[in-house]
Amino acid sequence: MNLLELRNVTLRFGGLVAVNDVSFSVEEGEVFALVGPNGAGKSTIFNMISRFYTPAQGDIHFKGQSILDHQAHDIPRLGIARTFQNIELFEQASVLQNLLVGRHTHSRTNFLSEALFLPSVREQERRHREAVEQVIDFLDLQAYRDKMIGGLPYGVRKVVEMGRALAIQPNLLLLDEPASGLSVEETQDVAFWIEDIKRVMGITVLMVEHDMHLVSSVSDRVMALADGRMLSIGTPQEVQNDPAVIEAYIGSSDSPEDGEAA
Amino acid sequence: MRYVFKTSYDADIRLFKHNAQAFWYLLLLTVAVLLPFFINDFLIGEATLVLIWAICGMGLMLLVGQTGQASLGHAAFMAIGAYSNVLYQQYFSLPFLLSFPLSGLTAALAGALIAMPTTRLHGIYLAIATLAISVLADDLIVMLEPITGGVAGLFAPDIEVFGYVINRYGNPNELYWLVLLITLAVVLIYRNLLRSPTGRAFAAVRDSEVSARAMGVNVARTKMIAFAISCFITGLGGALMGHFATIFTNETFNLIMSITLLLMIVIGGLGTIHGAFFGAMVVVFLPLLISVTRDSVTSALGMSSVTVPGIENGVFGAILIGFILFEPMGIYGRWVKIRTYFELFPFYRKDMFRRQKSYLKTERSR
Repeated sequence: MNLLELRNVTLRFGGLVAVNDVSFSVEEGEVFALVGPNGAGKSTIFNMISRFYTPAQGDIHFKGQSILDHQAHDIPRLGIARTFQNIELFEQASVLQNLLVGRHTHSRTNFLSEALFLPSVREQERRHREAVEQVIDFLDLQAYRDKMIGGLPYGVRKVVEMGRALAIQPNLLLLDEPASGLSVEETQDVAFWIEDIKRVMGITVLMVEHDMHLVSSVSDRVMALADGRMLSIGTPQEVQNDPAVIEAYIGSSDSPEDGEAA
Repeated sequence: MRYVFKTSYDADIRLFKHNAQAFWYLLLLTVAVLLPFFINDFLIGEATLVLIWAICGMGLMLLVGQTGQASLGHAAFMAIGAYSNVLYQQYFSLPFLLSFPLSGLTAALAGALIAMPTTRLHGIYLAIATLAISVLADDLIVMLEPITGGVAGLFAPDIEVFGYVINRYGNPNELYWLVLLITLAVVLIYRNLLRSPTGRAFAAVRDSEVSARAMGVNVARTKMIAFAISCFITGLGGALMGHFATIFTNETFNLIMSITLLLMIVIGGLGTIHGAFFGAMVVVFLPLLISVTRDSVTSALGMSSVTVPGIENGVFGAILIGFILFEPMGIYGRWVKIRTYFELFPFYRKDMFRRQKSYLKTERSR
């Protein structure tokens, strides 16, 4: 079943066509990767799915319903969570508080009952805390629970951001370059986590990633983009061997990986 | 250094981290309650004023320190609180117990209405818009002379609670206890909000609007709630200020007061409840300190008492510059550092509280 479907989506910034007539669908339970050179429109597609941008043409369907009627803050409630390419955590808050913000869509109390901290609020806080603890366990963040984000190393922040998205308990997880700036070991951890997110948690993953090694090891299907157009779609091997993809990575004539490393 | 061994989720939810902390705050509360038995009426008046400033400061702190929205117009909401409180008593002969919370609600409503257009603004533009509100409030009070008394001002009647009359000069101790009780209630509401989803949404909006939205936080609505609660608290503070001043005019809640409020919470320590109290002490005791110092200096030099116009604002400004340069975390930040130094002795490092430079941020899609 199609969980997410983009139909002939086009987005322009003034005269620049960032995404040009792109269509694809993400099946439930798969890991789908978007690859392509810088400026291909990968992150722009993410920003359209999370409704920061509105496409000029085309439609985006999630669980069979158009999400274009919804505002950005409604998207997590529908079941779509995301991370950001350049970590967007709440710097002046602890890891725990950051993860708890992910539970925001599951809150049923209003600010009046919270100001008085009624028993229902306390009960809800306990449930949130428990849900977050599961994420902490999953991502091995126990040591950083009460640390402020401002003082954490880059690698840990990256993991916290993934945890914050998982705390939403989404159906679809959008990962924007989950391994950028990470060491080889950390990238391996990310690969294992993505596997587990798919298998254990049953969450569908759509990711943008430049590390072709990670992409080919975790993703079921890959779509290559260049200049806002779809070049190729298929299994990681098929896409990597597609002549159109090879050509798109300028300065490289043999494999996409080399072009990316440059 | 105390390490709290957490055995339940409630450890992260409860108000005090551990029993020792609860003990110190209880001790502080006991001292605060018993204060009138140890100091004279004048100092009790000053202590009451500190608490009133702290209430107003907490109101602004919620907006600036917690939600990250600047406001240079909060004296306007103090004015709304003060005027509506007295007017409700005068025109509808409501008792203080009703007019007081209603005055807070009136300020909250005004805040929410003003928030609707202004929270679309950011940073300096929001500061200018709120500054305009402060100027506007001043003019409105003068223009609505038939109701507000214009430049002649308004007289705040004695507070009557269950038939018990409280007058600032007649029974300052009772006024102090009343204000202390309200302060406690405000602190509790503040703390409750911080440990619940709304408080975390405030922090999310402050630190990154774009990811707050991606987490499902309705940014515009959250800002409006922050404005409303902030103005509610500041309005309550304003109402108390009205009773404390007994007579107030448009000049009482002028632009300088708005700026003083903002400077106060910066000096006290942004984003902390303690900061509002430390800042309030500076605002109240600094003029006292200056006049005492001036008297002793002039008498030591054998001169007749001289007054230097504007010295209070000058010293206040100098202190502010000093804090921004050397202690951006304010008095509370300094206090935390000193405490940590002794807790960790001799392992305290100079750069322990230095913030790591933040990494590149996504372009804000505001």
